[in-house]
Amino acid sequence: MGIEPGRLHFSWISSAEATKYVDVAREVAKEVKALGPAKHFIKKRAEVA
Amino acid sequence: MLEYVEKIRKTAGKLFEEDKVDVFIGYKKGSLPMMNQPVLISNADQVDLLHWDSNCGLNLCNYLTKRTDRIGIVANGCNSRNIVTHITENQISRDQLYIVGIPCKGMIDHRAVQRAVKQKEILAIEEQGNTFTVKGKDFEDTFNKNDYLQRNCLVCTHRNPVIFDEMVAPPVEEQIEVDTYKDVKQIEGMDPEKKWNFFTRIIDKCIRCYACRNACPLCYCPTCFVDESNPQWVGKSSDPIDTMTFHILRAYHCAGRCTDCGACERVCPVGIPMRQFTKKLNKDAQELFSWEAGLTLDQRPLLDVFQPDDYNDFIR
Ligand code: SF4
Ligand code: SF4
Ligand code: SF4
Repeated sequence: MGIEPGRLHFSWISSAEATKYVDVAREVAKEVKALGPAKHFIKKRAEVA
Repeated sequence: MLEYVEKIRKTAGKLFEEDKVDVFIGYKKGSLPMMNQPVLISNADQVDLLHWDSNCGLNLCNYLTKRTDRIGIVANGCNSRNIVTHITENQISRDQLYIVGIPCKGMIDHRAVQRAVKQKEILAIEEQGNTFTVKGKDFEDTFNKNDYLQRNCLVCTHRNPVIFDEMVAPPVEEQIEVDTYKDVKQIEGMDPEKKWNFFTRIIDKCIRCYACRNACPLCYCPTCFVDESNPQWVGKSSDPIDTMTFHILRAYHCAGRCTDCGACERVCPVGIPMRQFTKKLNKDAQELFSWEAGLTLDQRPLLDVFQPDDYNDFIR
């Protein structure tokens, strides 16, 4: 749909897997940072008063 | 087609006389040409309302959700697959249903016909086997039905019902060697920027009327995420990003379930080809999991099974 590979991640984490959650979150943040700011799929604030 | 009508009426009549159903769901002629409507009848006196021709593109499975009575229903290939999906998703039970199967030769694309007559007002349509004639105030044109099929019907490989109690006619030949996913492959070949522009362009006329959702039998949630206001998942204006969010999520909610019946595209007032979203998911389901929705009652839906030996790491 035009969202670059790497910007969207899927994972299956049980509520008992706190460390896995932390690891995945770090990994995702790292990869998304490497891609830089998103160009699309950004909702601008409505310009009406 | 006209033989089918007789047979459907007779079967419905018999079902009421033998007290096998409380309601019969079929199509009746629409108030406008090419726009047949769903109809629910409740006794044998009404069977003459029932009709069948190549303008029955709405999906009747919509009317089954959570009913508690005994139901007779007509079903062609794609509708029968939605019935299977409804049964496996516990929206209706098999023993409530008497399914009158219809071998299908495809539905007419009403927009293509309108374009062919240069948007002049069509007052009547008549079918003669493989051709059909449309009439208006000062014109009359005959077309080959196969040149005016809905896009989903052109690539349909399940025209015969997959589940039925009785058939109105012998099965039709299935279309083989159709390249079902030619359009999806083209889109897959684009880079992310191009894809974004493509999908932004195809939905840019969307007025968020949700007719596509309402026409789809998969969309039976009591409150759809787009209607919820606490929490509000997606903005309700026609802001392009909200609209994109709606389309992406609608498609994802149909993943592994869509039968490509084409009802969503058929009903859109502005002609948005939103099957481009669902078709990619259908293609993935088929390529990655050999799954086509609604083919058998014996398999659980794709997204409700888990295998410990799944080849993807992320799921383990
Ligand atoms: S998708 Fe197949 S079964 Fe459904 S209306 Fe078209 S040709 Fe018939
Ligand atoms: S998403 Fe469209 S094509 Fe798929 S089942 Fe729903 S109405 Fe039919
Ligand atoms: S039917 Fe068409 S206009 Fe209405 S919400 Fe769906 S895509 Fe948008």
